[in-house]
Amino acid sequence: MKEELILKLDHLSKHFGGVKAVDDVSFELRDGESLGIIGPNGSGKTTLVNLITGFLKPSAGQIFYRSKEVTNVRPNKRVQLGIVRTFQMVKPFYNLAAYKNIVIPLYSPRVKRLKGGKYGDRDDAAIDFLEEVGFERDSSVLYKTAGTLPHGYLKRLELARCLALQPDLLILDELYSGMSMSEVASTLPLIERIKDEGMTLIMVEHRLRELFRVVDRVIVLNFGNKIAEGNPIEVTGTEEVKKAYIGSGGE
Amino acid sequence: MVQAGYRRERLDRGIKARSDEVFLISSYREILYTLGPWIVPILLLIVFPLFRKVIGIYWVNVSVIVCIMALLAISWVFLASVGLMSLGQAFFFGVGSYIAGFFGNNYNWSPLFTIPLSTFGGAALCALILLPVLRLRGVYFGLITFALPLLLMRIIEATKILGGTEGLSGFAPFPNILIEYYLVIAVLLVFILGFRWVFDTDYGLVLRGIRDNDRAILAAGMSVTWFKTQAIFLAALPGTFAGALLTHHYQFVGIPSFSMEFSLLPLASAIVGGPGTFAGATVGAFILVPLSEILRRFGTLRMVIYAILLTICAVGLPEGIFHYIERKYHQFERLVPIDVEKGGK
Repeated sequence: MKEELILKLDHLSKHFGGVKAVDDVSFELRDGESLGIIGPNGSGKTTLVNLITGFLKPSAGQIFYRSKEVTNVRPNKRVQLGIVRTFQMVKPFYNLAAYKNIVIPLYSPRVKRLKGGKYGDRDDAAIDFLEEVGFERDSSVLYKTAGTLPHGYLKRLELARCLALQPDLLILDELYSGMSMSEVASTLPLIERIKDEGMTLIMVEHRLRELFRVVDRVIVLNFGNKIAEGNPIEVTGTEEVKKAYIGSGGE
Repeated sequence: MVQAGYRRERLDRGIKARSDEVFLISSYREILYTLGPWIVPILLLIVFPLFRKVIGIYWVNVSVIVCIMALLAISWVFLASVGLMSLGQAFFFGVGSYIAGFFGNNYNWSPLFTIPLSTFGGAALCALILLPVLRLRGVYFGLITFALPLLLMRIIEATKILGGTEGLSGFAPFPNILIEYYLVIAVLLVFILGFRWVFDTDYGLVLRGIRDNDRAILAAGMSVTWFKTQAIFLAALPGTFAGALLTHHYQFVGIPSFSMEFSLLPLASAIVGGPGTFAGATVGAFILVPLSEILRRFGTLRMVIYAILLTICAVGLPEGIFHYIERKYHQFERLVPIDVEKGGK
């Protein structure tokens, strides 16, 4: 393959006491590729995201980012390298206005470096990013405190926070959960566009139909183990994956 | 009593339009309305000691203590705005006091040198000492800050360093009380305006963001610990300054510098005055400290009356005195006829 290797997980494990949340998972991801991570609840998807982004330290194994080992690099340093994530449980700044939520990532050292020092007016830039994720530019919603916004808005706010950081590798942890059908429908073209522009994506998702429109490849996790990897349609057709999702009695 | 057939209508003045600079310079009334709440108290504070012959020098001294407590209170508000719940403002105060005391006692330095040194050096030292506990949140951080001054007190007592229980004394005093008074007023104003400015910048936004969600700060690529360290340094500045100033004021420093009074009174000032604002905390100190002085004539009953008044205040005005006054300032009332058909408008 001609694209550069961006992420490599080498026999990664995370154990909480006796529970093997992630057990010996390995995979590689190339620049511009988009990868889906699926699996039933509790299969270790979010733990895997926390390991990649540094919010958890692995019990064993190594993580390489652009052929440099980042296993013990702190989460904020990984963001500076370009690994940016959304949270499944949204983490806005509840007491700040919606657009101020995006001003904070624009203050980040990563953005400062990419913009060569000064950013200019962060308020304007923040509103641009919010418009990109579907907020209306002149809406009063932008000036409301984030704590008063509905869940779907907060999810999009979360996405705007990530885009403001101009990621190299964007990890979306169940972006669509808690969004209404219309919100999903309006966000999907944005994700497709981000992908077409060449961003490397990892998406953890339960909504398979929306996921398969974006990703080239999926990994299926069950009880922390990688049980399948490959083309989305083919993988979900295999007996083992069906069993993991539906249970052994399923079709 | 409202006149029969009428009801009282309460309206907000247009605060947002007024805060706009263009509106501000449109007339002297606008200027007065917006800047009056700042200028009037400042002018009162400036002329206050000129009447010291009438009022008594005692109350000028009390005013210095008021400003000391106000400095510690705005320091508390700063930390609270970053999500750090401090229960030990005496820590900053004591560190500032002892640094000034050490150099004043050993080298007989004048306040001109010891005060800047203890303010900045002391704040850096405080940030360094608190560095290992910055990971703690909420009440856990509060407990550590509560224990720290008590711990330092016992260390000094047990090891007899820095004068032990006897303390240090005999430093260069201020030339006169007026210089001290105007210095502390000026510094208090600089800190109030400076801190307000900090929180208006994008840097201050990050600090406020830490209180809301420190993991989101981390996910935005910034080190929470580093920002908290800077916050401790900034918040410690008024505290260490206050300590250094009072050391030269009394020409004495001892373990009472770490006493709980310097932790609890600023906290009470911030809460009674109006939590969350620097001006509110200052208003709180300007009410509580003189009140405490007036109550001295009741002897032992002083603390009982004081506690009752505090409780009444906290229950009756949970928003704080400052917010109450601010709200009333921006509202006006008028009488409106109740019966619309008969009453006309």
